[in-house]
Amino acid sequence: MTQAFDAAAQQTQLEAGAEQALALARRLGADACEVGASVDQGVGVSVREGEVETVELSRDQGIAVTVYVGARKGSASSTDASEASIRAVVEKAVAIARHTGEDPAAGLADAALMATELPDLNVHHPWPLTTEQAIDLALACEAAGRHEPGIRQSEGASLSSGEGVRVYANSHGFLGSQRGSRHSLSCMLIAEDAGGMQRDYDYTSARDPRELLAPERVGKSAAERTLRRLGARRPATGRLPVLFDPSLASGLIGHLMSAIAGGALYRQASFLCERLDTPLFPEWFRLEERPMERGAMASSPFDNDGVQTRNNVFIEGGRLASYMLSAYSARRLGMETTANAGGARNLRIAAPLESREALLARLGRGVLVTELMGQGVNGVTGDYSRGAAGFWVENGEIQYPVEEFTIAGNLEAMYRGLAGVGSDIDTRGSIHSGSWLIDEMTVAGG
Amino acid sequence: MTSRPHALLDTAAEILLTPGGLDLEALDVGLGHVLAPGVDYADLYFQRSWHESWVLEDGEVKEAGYNIDGGVGVRAMAGEKTGFAYSNQITADALAETGRTAAGIVRSGTQLAVAPRVISQSTVRYAALDPLSGLTAEEKITMLKQADRVARAADPSVAQVSASLTGVHEVVLVRASDGSLAADVRPLVRFNVSVIAVKNGRRERGSAGGGGRYAMARLRDENVAERFAKEAVRQALVNLESVDAPAGQLPVVLGPGWPGILLHEAVGHGLEGDFNRKGSSAFAGRMGQRVAAPGVTVVDDATLADRRGSLSVDDEGTPGQYTPLIEDGILTGYMQDKLNARLMGMAPTGNARRESFAHLPMPRMTNTYMLAGQDDPADIIKSVRRGIYAVSFGGGQVDITSGKFVFSASEAYLIEDGKITAPVKGATLIGNGPEAMGQVSMIGHDMELDTGIGVCGKEGQGVPVGVGQPTLKLDELTVGGTAS
Repeated sequence: MTQAFDAAAQQTQLEAGAEQALALARRLGADACEVGASVDQGVGVSVREGEVETVELSRDQGIAVTVYVGARKGSASSTDASEASIRAVVEKAVAIARHTGEDPAAGLADAALMATELPDLNVHHPWPLTTEQAIDLALACEAAGRHEPGIRQSEGASLSSGEGVRVYANSHGFLGSQRGSRHSLSCMLIAEDAGGMQRDYDYTSARDPRELLAPERVGKSAAERTLRRLGARRPATGRLPVLFDPSLASGLIGHLMSAIAGGALYRQASFLCERLDTPLFPEWFRLEERPMERGAMASSPFDNDGVQTRNNVFIEGGRLASYMLSAYSARRLGMETTANAGGARNLRIAAPLESREALLARLGRGVLVTELMGQGVNGVTGDYSRGAAGFWVENGEIQYPVEEFTIAGNLEAMYRGLAGVGSDIDTRGSIHSGSWLIDEMTVAGG
Repeated sequence: MTSRPHALLDTAAEILLTPGGLDLEALDVGLGHVLAPGVDYADLYFQRSWHESWVLEDGEVKEAGYNIDGGVGVRAMAGEKTGFAYSNQITADALAETGRTAAGIVRSGTQLAVAPRVISQSTVRYAALDPLSGLTAEEKITMLKQADRVARAADPSVAQVSASLTGVHEVVLVRASDGSLAADVRPLVRFNVSVIAVKNGRRERGSAGGGGRYAMARLRDENVAERFAKEAVRQALVNLESVDAPAGQLPVVLGPGWPGILLHEAVGHGLEGDFNRKGSSAFAGRMGQRVAAPGVTVVDDATLADRRGSLSVDDEGTPGQYTPLIEDGILTGYMQDKLNARLMGMAPTGNARRESFAHLPMPRMTNTYMLAGQDDPADIIKSVRRGIYAVSFGGGQVDITSGKFVFSASEAYLIEDGKITAPVKGATLIGNGPEAMGQVSMIGHDMELDTGIGVCGKEGQGVPVGVGQPTLKLDELTVGGTAS
C-alpha cells in the first residue's frame, strides 16, 4: 500500500489552477480575486495489542476562491480541482457577490505589503516509508509500553506521515507556494487497579522524521504517564496555586491569541478589547512570533493575505504590545495588518526560565494539572472553568494523583498572576512553552 | 410505482454514478477489486454534498460561501483489520486503484464472492429534498436582517449581532460485499443568532439556534429568525446580571432539552460498541447490570422525523433504529456498526456513521435522550435547599475509560431554599458517568429534545447529533465556580 507524491508536479498543477481561477474571475467581472489551493497526501497506520488495526491512505485537495465586485464579496470552494470544477467555483463566487451587502473594509491586502522574500524554510521533509515500515514502527512503540508491569491493555499506537503543497495567489499578481510535511507517532495505554481504569498517552511530532523521538521512548513514556494516574483521589475544594504542564500552558497562550485576534476585537467579543499597551502579565514576560524560523511547525514567509510575515512582539515588558491582525480585521479597527491572516506562526516566550523542581518548590501546596477537559473558556469575559486531572503537591513535592475536579478563575487574573515559567519547553506544536505557575485559582473537588 | 428506497437509489445513482460513467453493475466490479483473498468484508461509500452559508454582521450579509465536496471511500476488512483509501473521482479507474490499495491490508486467505444486491428496506425519516433551493438569496438575506433588527430592538445594551444561515444537501450511496445496497438524501439546515450585550462596563454573550433535516423554507415559516434573536438577547441579559458560581459538590437540577448533553457525555459515548469490544469503556462488561438509578431510561433514536441526528439508513446501509441503552437503570444495549457487532456477536444497530467519504465509519450516536418521568419540574426545584439550576450548556467531553465527564453551563442559576434566584457565571460541571447516573433522584414529566444544534466529535470526526431529556435532579455533582 503506497502511493507516489510528486510535490513539484502537484505545485505546478495547483499554480496553474490558481492562475486559471484568477483569469476567469477577471473575465467574469470581478475587481479583485484571491485563491487558495492545496493538496495533502499521507499514510496513517494504527496497531492495537500487537496487531494491525487500520491502514489508511489519505489524499485531500481543495480550491477556495474569493472574489470582490466593488465592495461586495463572494466565496466558493470545492474538493475537486478539475478545470470544470474551478470554473463552477469561480462562477458561484461571482454569483454570490451579487447578493452580499457592501463592506467598505472588504478587499485584498495592500499590494505594497505582498511578500517578496520567499525563502525555503526547510519544512518539507518527505518520509519514503512503506506501509510495512510504518506498521513496524507503531508496533515497536506499542510493545515498549504495553508490556510494562501494571499496564492492562493498549488502546493502540498510531503513526501518521504526510506531505503537501499549498498555494495562495491574488489579483495583485502575488503567487506564493509552500511545500510542507508532518509526521507523528503516538501511543495510548490503559492501566487498572481497584479504583478503576485510567488511560493516558504520549506522542512525538515533527516536520522532519529524523527529529521524531524513538518509538520505544514514546511507548515507555505513555506507560509511565498512564501508571502514575492509578490511585487518583479528589482534591479538597479551595483557593490554591496551580502549575500547568507545558502542553496545557500553550493552551493559555492560545486563549490570549484568540482574545487579541482582530476578528474577536472588532466584534467586541473579547475580554481584551481596548487593552492595547496596558499591562497584562508580569514585567519579565515577553511573547514573540517567529514566522520565518527554519524547520518550525508553522513557518511561512507569507500569511493568508499574501502579506510578508514578520517577527511580531505581542507581549513586551508584560504589556499588550500588539494585536494580531489580518488585512480585513485591521481595516475594521482602523489599524495596520500584522501579517497574521490565518493566525500566529511559531510563538516563543522570552522570560527567565526555572526548572520544574524549582516551580514545584515555589508552588508549595497546590495542584499540578496535567490534563484539562471541556470547553469552559469564555473569550468574551475571560471566565475560565475546566475539568482537570493531575497531582496533589505538598511541600513542593508530588504526593499522589488527583482527578475529577475543576479549576476556575479569570484569564486576566491568571495572566497577571503568572508566577513563573518552566524550562521544560514542549516543542511539538507551533507554540513553545514550559510549565506555567499561576499564583491562585479555585479548585473544586470532593 | 417504485417504492421509496428504489426511488432514492435511482436519484443517488444518477447524481453519484452516472457522471463518471458508472452504474450499479459497475459497483460489483469495483467491489471485486477490494475483495481480494483474505478480505471478509468490503464496502464502497459514495457521497456528494453541497454546503451553503450566509453570515450577517453589522446589519449586513457580508459573507456568503458555497462548497462542493464529493468522492468515494473504499474499505476492506479482514478480522479486526481495516484497510481504507478514498478518491475525489468517482470513476471505474478510481474504484480499481482505491480498491486494490484498501485490499493491501491482507495478503492471503479465502476468496469471497460479492453477494447479490439487497436493497435496504429502510423507512424514510425526512424528505429527500435539496434544502438550499426553495428560498431565493434575497429571502435568505431577509431572514438574517430580521434577526438583526429584532435583536437590536429587544434591548439597548445589545452592541453586536451576528446571525448565520447554513444548509447542506447531501446524497450518499453505499454498496457492500454482504449484499447491502442503500441510498439516502440528507438535508440539514441551521439558523443561529449570537449577540454581545454591554452594560455598566460588563460584556456578555448570548446565543440561540436550531434546525433539522428539512428545507430552509421551513426555518422561515417557523419564524426562527425572530425566536432565536429574542432568545439570544434574553440569555445575554441574564448573563449580564450573573454572579460568581459556587465551587464544590452541590445538588444540580438540569433543565429539559439541550442539557441532555449530560447523557451524551456521561453514558452515550461509553456505550458505543468499539469501546466495549476493546474493553476500554467504564461500562465494558456491565450488560444487564445496574448503571443508573431506577427510573432512568435512555435511548438512541435515529427514527425521529426530521431531527438533526436522525438517519433513514446509516453509513453502512443499516436502517436507522430505536435502540434502548439503559432501561429503568439497567444497561441493556450498545450502539453498533457492522465491524463491532460482528466481533461482539451482536446485531448492527444502525449507528455506523462517518464525517464523509474520506473518513472511516465508527459507532456513533444519533438522537440520544432520556424518557420522561413522573415528577413535576416545579417540585424538583422546590426539593433543593442550596444548589444549581442549569438550563443551557456550551459543550462537553468524556474520558470513556475513567468515566470522568465534564459539561460547561452557559446559563445557570442558584437555587436557594427551593427557589430559583440569582443567575451565575458559566461553570464547568464534572462527574463520573456511572456514579452520576446513580445520583439521579427526580425525573420530570417534561421531556424535550434540543433545538437542533449538536455536533459530536470523536477521533477527529464531527457528525450532527440530537440530545434530549426531562428536568432532572442529580443529588451531587462538582460545580467548578469561583465563589467561596
